[in-house]
Amino acid sequence: MWEIRLHGRGGQGAVTSAELLARAAIATGKFAQAFPSFGPERRGAPVQAFVRVDDKRILKREKIYEPDVVMVLDPTLLDVVNVAEGLKPEGIVVVNSSKSNQELKEKHKWPNVAAVNATRIAVDILSVPITNTTMIGALLKASGILRAEDMEEVILDRFGSKLGPKNFNALSKAFEVTSLN
Amino acid sequence: MTKAIGLEVSLAIAEAVKQANVDIVAAYPITPQTHIVEELSVYVANGELDAEYVPVESEHTAMSACVGSSAAGARTYTATAAQGLALMHEILYIASGMRLPIVMTVANRALSAPISIWNDHGDIMSERDIGWVQIFAENGQEAYDLTIAAFKIAEDHRVLLPVCVNVDGFILTHMIEPVLFIDQKKIDAFLPPFKPAMTLNPDKPVTMGPVGVPEVYMESRKQCEEAIMGSRQVVAEVFSQWGQSFGRDYKLIETNGQPRAKVLFVTMGSQGETTMTAVQDLSESGESVGQVRIRLWRPFPREEFLEAIAGAEELIVIDRALSPGVYNGPVAQEIKALLYEQPQKPKIHNVIAGLGGRDVTVKDFKKMYEMSRKNELDPNYTIWGVRSDA
Repeated sequence: MWEIRLHGRGGQGAVTSAELLARAAIATGKFAQAFPSFGPERRGAPVQAFVRVDDKRILKREKIYEPDVVMVLDPTLLDVVNVAEGLKPEGIVVVNSSKSNQELKEKHKWPNVAAVNATRIAVDILSVPITNTTMIGALLKASGILRAEDMEEVILDRFGSKLGPKNFNALSKAFEVTSLN
Repeated sequence: MTKAIGLEVSLAIAEAVKQANVDIVAAYPITPQTHIVEELSVYVANGELDAEYVPVESEHTAMSACVGSSAAGARTYTATAAQGLALMHEILYIASGMRLPIVMTVANRALSAPISIWNDHGDIMSERDIGWVQIFAENGQEAYDLTIAAFKIAEDHRVLLPVCVNVDGFILTHMIEPVLFIDQKKIDAFLPPFKPAMTLNPDKPVTMGPVGVPEVYMESRKQCEEAIMGSRQVVAEVFSQWGQSFGRDYKLIETNGQPRAKVLFVTMGSQGETTMTAVQDLSESGESVGQVRIRLWRPFPREEFLEAIAGAEELIVIDRALSPGVYNGPVAQEIKALLYEQPQKPKIHNVIAGLGGRDVTVKDFKKMYEMSRKNELDPNYTIWGVRSDA
């Protein structure tokens, strides 16, 4: 089972990312859960969302304390929140950052890192610094949970004919340029 | 079989209500139930559901409107949680006393104070005696299935009582997970249109819910008691028909783990699934442990419960509500009262866990088991996971 914890700030779309990932996984025939951290929702405050993906039925209704993958939408969170808390020894941190994998790995002592400048990609393709769909591309590249194309249908469904293709392009771009470690 | 789709469980419940082809939805939005009635209001507005949506100014009025519409012969639905359910309180008794087959989702949430929007069973446990059939769902699929089945149970002329389907707030209502939807034609075949026993109709005037003088009140209450006791058989029949029609079997009391295990967890609601993982892990390491999940809470399925626990030495009864001042939580009180007459009584550990949204994890269940084996759980009850500095 993959257990993924998403970190963002209220309004950045971490909860939407979680939802899209779970819906896409379910559409491929897998089992999945996605849920927010159910706190008071405040724009700009640190928020978490959770995703589980498995090939069999998931019998667990608790938050994710020991994630396999952590995804960080906002680089400024690294100074505020220990995003790698509870991360499994071989876990992966997928992070929106302009820094290199090596630099982040050394600084934070993370076991595995996949950094991508998602803000740049989002601004170039979507014209807004909203990185939630872009970061899914990086997550999928680093983890192999799904293929990038598995996301297309749910993204088009969620964002419609105008913004949908742009969001999928941003995701695909991140998938293309991200590397693990 | 169609393919499962991933969606928020609240939306799956709204789909179930739409497919049940209700005539009236009267509801006041309250977290964590809001997404259900919000979605239903969209269905009514865009014509997907041919029904009246009655936006009311409080839950007291929501349930009052439900009483009126059900009495007029309309298939009627509402949803609420916590303080909203409490505000309905007096009308809940009127709905059952007038034998009106309203269906309600309770998105279980803790009662204030302090204000909590998060899950526990305090809301429905304060309404144990309202005379409604009360069912608990453990996951999104069950929430969808049981919502449709609830209408069939409620409207059966041997029952004619309101039914509430309990769904853990947030833990289920806000979860995205796979749900299999059933084809509309199959639902129509399973759930025929509502045929009320009598209706408010100016051409054939009747009085409903008049004064019950001392000469008739007790008879009326006894009839309600007989109706809810009798509903147990109907619930079992409807669950069995559901299994035949759609392939998913439901029982009044569900079991899991090793048959005739020495130690049994007793759970209700979504905790059941997390417990299953703990039970599986413990069984794999050689422990004699199983699980009993109460699906039908009212009427309490006495025989089925006794059968499910036969031979067990210990029960770890989980309560997601406090019953202040009497040592045990509501579920444990129920079970202890039931076992008093039995020749063989297992030892009972009552654990109050997960109040106000506190996470109860696989590790917690394993620790409860371990403590029960070492006799470290309080013989009365343990309020689980309270910080020692509190």
